[in-house]
Amino acid sequence: MDPVNVVNLVLAGVLTGLVYGLMALGLSVIFGVVRVVNFAHGEMMTIAMYAAVVLFAAFKLDPFLAVLPIAAAFFLLGYALQAGLINPFITRPEHSQFMLLVAVALIMVNALLVGFGPDARSVQLDYLLESIEVGPLLLDRGKLFAALVACGTAALLFAFFKLTPTGKAIRACADNYLGAKVVGLNVKHLYALTFGLGSACVAVAGCMMVLLVDVTPNLGPAYTLLAFVIVIVGGLGSMAGALLGGVLIGVSEALAGLLITPSAKSMFSFGLLILVLLLRPQGLLGRKT
Amino acid sequence: MSALLELRGISKSFRGLRAVSDASFEVPKGAISALIGPNGAGKTTCFNVIAGVYKPDSGSIHFDGVPIQGLRPDQVCGAGIGRTFQIVKPFAGLTVLENVVVGALKREPSVSAAEKRAAEIMEKLGLGSKRGQPASSLTLPDRKRLEVARALATRPKLLLLDEVMAGLRPTECDQMVEVFREINRAEGLTILLIEHVMRAVMALAQRVIVLNHGEIIARGTPVEVVRDPAVLECYLGEEAEV
Amino acid sequence: MTRAHALLATLLALLVAFPAAASPYALSVATLILFFAFAGQAWNVMMGFAGQLSLGHSLYVGVGAYAAAGLYFHFGIGAWAGVFLAIAACVLLGAAIGFLAFRFGISGVYFALLTIAFAEFTRIGFDHIQWLGGPGGLFIKVEHRTGWDLLNLRGAPAMFYYVMLGLTCAAFALCAWLLRSRAGYYWQAIRENEEAAQALGINTFRWKMLAVVISSAMTAVAGVFFAFYYNNLFPEQIFHISRSIEIILGPIIGGLGTLFGPILGAAVLTILADGITELLAALGWEFPGVKQVFYGLVLLIVVMFLPHGIWPTLARKLGVGK
Repeated sequence: MDPVNVVNLVLAGVLTGLVYGLMALGLSVIFGVVRVVNFAHGEMMTIAMYAAVVLFAAFKLDPFLAVLPIAAAFFLLGYALQAGLINPFITRPEHSQFMLLVAVALIMVNALLVGFGPDARSVQLDYLLESIEVGPLLLDRGKLFAALVACGTAALLFAFFKLTPTGKAIRACADNYLGAKVVGLNVKHLYALTFGLGSACVAVAGCMMVLLVDVTPNLGPAYTLLAFVIVIVGGLGSMAGALLGGVLIGVSEALAGLLITPSAKSMFSFGLLILVLLLRPQGLLGRKT
Repeated sequence: MSALLELRGISKSFRGLRAVSDASFEVPKGAISALIGPNGAGKTTCFNVIAGVYKPDSGSIHFDGVPIQGLRPDQVCGAGIGRTFQIVKPFAGLTVLENVVVGALKREPSVSAAEKRAAEIMEKLGLGSKRGQPASSLTLPDRKRLEVARALATRPKLLLLDEVMAGLRPTECDQMVEVFREINRAEGLTILLIEHVMRAVMALAQRVIVLNHGEIIARGTPVEVVRDPAVLECYLGEEAEV
Repeated sequence: MTRAHALLATLLALLVAFPAAASPYALSVATLILFFAFAGQAWNVMMGFAGQLSLGHSLYVGVGAYAAAGLYFHFGIGAWAGVFLAIAACVLLGAAIGFLAFRFGISGVYFALLTIAFAEFTRIGFDHIQWLGGPGGLFIKVEHRTGWDLLNLRGAPAMFYYVMLGLTCAAFALCAWLLRSRAGYYWQAIRENEEAAQALGINTFRWKMLAVVISSAMTAVAGVFFAFYYNNLFPEQIFHISRSIEIILGPIIGGLGTLFGPILGAAVLTILADGITELLAALGWEFPGVKQVFYGLVLLIVVMFLPHGIWPTLARKLGVGK
């Protein structure tokens, strides 16, 4: 096995992993703050991917530009989803919330199937066809730019939570729901805001992902599960963990594709999820149940 | 009186915080004892250690001569200790009767036998007329009674009551006191209760143990304890009205 | 005879007589309803009674199906023996998953994710088991469509209908018995409040395991039926998370934890879904996925407005119990 090839493969895995990480970041933010198990996460990403495809097909809009309107739209949709559908469910038992999102996911995947059919769609950008050479290493342009956008978005999100008052307020809600209410924070609004932000993340990730893979409706559930694997492996509520987990999964998928058959690479992710779920330290499992 | 329950040197810490520190006390058989102290003193932690929810870091617990530290909660119940929870935990989706039947099934061989026993206990606690109601529809005093009934259904030798008077009005409190006095007198059931409501403590307890910052600072009869300067300082206040 | 018994007896009589009057299409829909009624009841034991949310039940359908189909395909051994292997395999799997989860204190949503992970892992795994057909699928020869070979489950569509009817009735009787027994009380206690259940002397680990094992065993039987009814198995289809979701729709829509809920839910859902697809097809709108959108909408509406399902309200109106 040519070492340079392996390194290239790992690098490709890292870059793809960063986009995965951004997707998982959205989930981590939603799960970590609002405590909602967003089972429709991957489906939302798939919708974003299709949105990018449509905008490209109709207006020749470069996904790197389409990111902005799509992310904005998703922010609003996410906000509306939380405010309208999920917020009333906060007091209901956990599995009720879960089922709600399972229903939403089911509707989303199949609406896409009805609307777009099962065939794969993609976005072809000519300027991404060349690779960049860095010494002996070969970097795929599409992956590189996508990863850069992912990192940039993640950085923006970090900054938002660390530096802005609203960001801090949201973190306060996550840490202590009751306490936040007591000091007068409008928790429902902040929850909706958070869901909106998480959705926007997913939208950006989707626009980037469509540059890397072709999109079909059944990518939805696969990405949802992948997002959960990453978030749980990386550590719940930890934003850096989501990115790290994404990279880990991206690299392991690349390597697994090399060492075992490519179709078995997801098996590795699920095996990892099982291990992590079982062996997680008790502290991280202390969620609101 | 012989000791039904004996704690020796029980310590329990949570992430560096010492909740209970080297606690030793005895609960005499057939009597009603009370565990009192300010909030955060470690009373519920003691209960949870006895009931098997937590494993003590050190020390031993002997129940009727048998060591029980480290047993699971269901095993502790099997040994003969019943407990209620500070925040009541009814089986909301089940009826009042069904709630008590769950408890009775511990000792009764069949569902029908359990139903009979459950009915008896509910009568004793004044819940008979509410047997078919969903537990979620009960008022707080009734929920507390249900909690007690359920625990009693497991035929305990020792009943642990965790702040069962909290939230009850004085008349309701007096009713509960009567129920416990009656059970203690008629069946000789040993009771250990955590209480803040001094009215109930003075009315019920023959023996009082005082906890502060995880340590036992006094024990004796209610009258003795209430005059103990250490207790007055940390908990009851100089002008305690009892 | 109580009212409930009378109603049930009438329903049963109607169901027994049904094939005589039904078209082949209606018969196949009815068989499908019974399949989901049966599988739904199996899942209901674990979730409705004991409160353990499994979203990976397709694992048991698939393993059960492949176990029996594999035996038949490679060794000519009929379903009558295959079902034992299927049950054994699924019981082992269920016990393993339950053991791992409960020993490590996994519950709620995390437990659900664990079950999904196991199902997905197996789905991809079976894609690589060439001995069982791999991704191309395992095909069983369809023989004698007329006679009734119960031992090998080969025969007319009516035979499959009655087999499924029998299974559904047996499951109903089993669940009714379980619910009124110690198991039923203990499971519901665990579902409502596990901590309180432990304080009353219930070994929650053991009882949760029992629920998982019974549920997986029953679902295995559903898998065996699936194999011999459809005569082809693809890992991508049978282990797919959509199968898991289809199974849970009936009980959730009908009424979690009730006896008749899963059956009613399966019936309502399948009839409505089929009705809508037929209607749209008549209008010229034939799209893959429409039925699933409909399932999603129904699930959404039920979860939002009828959290206890359709059956409890209906049961009250009819004056019967669960």
